[in-house]
Amino acid sequence: MAGVPHEMNGNGRIDHRLILEMIEPGSTVLDLGCGTGELLSLLIRRRGVKGQGIEIDNHAIFECVVKGLSVFHDDIDRGLAEYGNRSFDYVILNQSFQQVKNPDIVLREALRVGVRVIVGIPNFAHIVSRFQIFFRGRAPVTPALPHEWYDTPNLHFLSIDDFLRYCRERGIRIEKAFYAGAKHPVALFPNLLARTAVFLLGKGK
Amino acid sequence: MNLTARKVKAGQNEGIGPVKTQSFTFGHFPAPFILESGESIGPVTLAYETYGRLDADASNAILILHALTGDAHAAGYHEGDVNPGWWDDMIGPGRAFDTDRYFVVCSNVLGGCRGSTGPSSENPLTGRPYGLEFPVVTIRDMVSAQRRLLDHLGIDMLLAVAGGSMGGMQALQWVVSYPEKVASAILIATTAEHTPQQIAFNEVGRQAIMADPNWNNGDYYGLGLPDKGLSVARMVGHITYMSDDSMNEKFGRRVKDTKQQFKFSPEFEVEGYLHYRGYNFINRFDPNSYLYITKAVDSFAVANGKPLHKLLEGVGTKLLIIAFSSDWLYPPYQAQQIVKACKMAGADATYCELRSNYGHDAFLVELDEQTYLYTHFLKKVCDGRRAA
Repeated sequence: MAGVPHEMNGNGRIDHRLILEMIEPGSTVLDLGCGTGELLSLLIRRRGVKGQGIEIDNHAIFECVVKGLSVFHDDIDRGLAEYGNRSFDYVILNQSFQQVKNPDIVLREALRVGVRVIVGIPNFAHIVSRFQIFFRGRAPVTPALPHEWYDTPNLHFLSIDDFLRYCRERGIRIEKAFYAGAKHPVALFPNLLARTAVFLLGKGK
Repeated sequence: MNLTARKVKAGQNEGIGPVKTQSFTFGHFPAPFILESGESIGPVTLAYETYGRLDADASNAILILHALTGDAHAAGYHEGDVNPGWWDDMIGPGRAFDTDRYFVVCSNVLGGCRGSTGPSSENPLTGRPYGLEFPVVTIRDMVSAQRRLLDHLGIDMLLAVAGGSMGGMQALQWVVSYPEKVASAILIATTAEHTPQQIAFNEVGRQAIMADPNWNNGDYYGLGLPDKGLSVARMVGHITYMSDDSMNEKFGRRVKDTKQQFKFSPEFEVEGYLHYRGYNFINRFDPNSYLYITKAVDSFAVANGKPLHKLLEGVGTKLLIIAFSSDWLYPPYQAQQIVKACKMAGADATYCELRSNYGHDAFLVELDEQTYLYTHFLKKVCDGRRAA
């Protein structure tokens, strides 16, 4: 899906680096909402994964073809019926989870199809967003949430704490959680200081 | 399929230039070509054209497969012709199927009438055209015959097979029949099996031909041709190749400016267009071939009742599957059924639905996006093979 945060440094996007660290070499990966395929290429190059992507935007798929990736034009909201249970080591929803119509269904399907699921989200409760809402009285536009309210691909606005609570309520086990600012990991008060978060999820408590 | 709006984009260069159709004959007595039905036929001739140069290790060959009424003349110009081959914008130096890099082969199908053995060819047993003595042929038979041609050309492994519509069915059949001989496949606006709607349209066409008194049970050679029947068949075909939008854009409700001869003379431009397409078709197509080839696509079901994903398991061919949004003859859902099987089989596949208003004709008309996709796809296939 289009429209992801552009927090670059010398080593590429920090969320991509965090995900790269999580993935075991040689594993199988399904990237839901893979966009132009940067993350998938990185994982193939650096971890030797066997990867597939699903993407709804035509022009993003063209760029995936340029990269030689295996990508399917589809809407992940329609579910993943073709895939059997646990058919991938990892299913990734990086910056696409907040863009789907039915997060419940999509995440349930991801957890069925993947042994593990990686979810990356922008943190709506980051301090800069809070300031913009509180002092300017405006919907936040930040590097992690770069879109104006009228042309954002994001359908759901959630914070890190929202996601933690969501997983707790559904009995989804969070194996690892990483929080990051523009370039560096964030250790303290992530719900206030992190722009993005990446979670490694498993089934059950 | 005809080239309604092919003059969309001229190539950046002169293209291939002059070409000639060649032919290859095999299956001579006493070793005829055995068909899927168990019947045999021989000798069999296939008309084909080649463009570009085959590598020393014969590793750069691409087989292009034509649609229902296409032929071997995919690119370049025949001597004295005004129009180039049917996919000239896609095949040539610097084009999607780049003849500076690849050796491109396009073969006419078995059962056809454009230089290959078909019902209008001479039956060696009688010395007369086969007519309905010609055996039923299938998509798989067409592909097996092409395999013989490639053996003759010294090509064991294909870098790619590519085709739209019936050509896509052949490409898919290639993947299923010879998975280890096909590094990649581009399947365009096609299906894994014909649906009742597709069969129904073809049946109208066949009935039109057979209802023509001139048809004479297929024995019309040297007599009056069933041209009216074939013309109606072609008109039905053309309707299914276009879309509501493309017809609106092309014809609107505009009327022809010629005087009407009688009440039901063609009045609207769309009628005139269909008549023109229909009447001209007899000049290049044999009515019996139309019967045999439409029957071949109607009987096509590549998995033959089995789950398609079982056939694709372990297949190493890299697939690119393309559908067009307004194609109602081969709608995107049919391509998605192939895609679904690829996902279930874990095949290395990519699927993209291209937006177009041109209906099924889009694969002959919407060239920019196809060029971009196929160019890069083939480049990656090449890189992958070099690395392996």
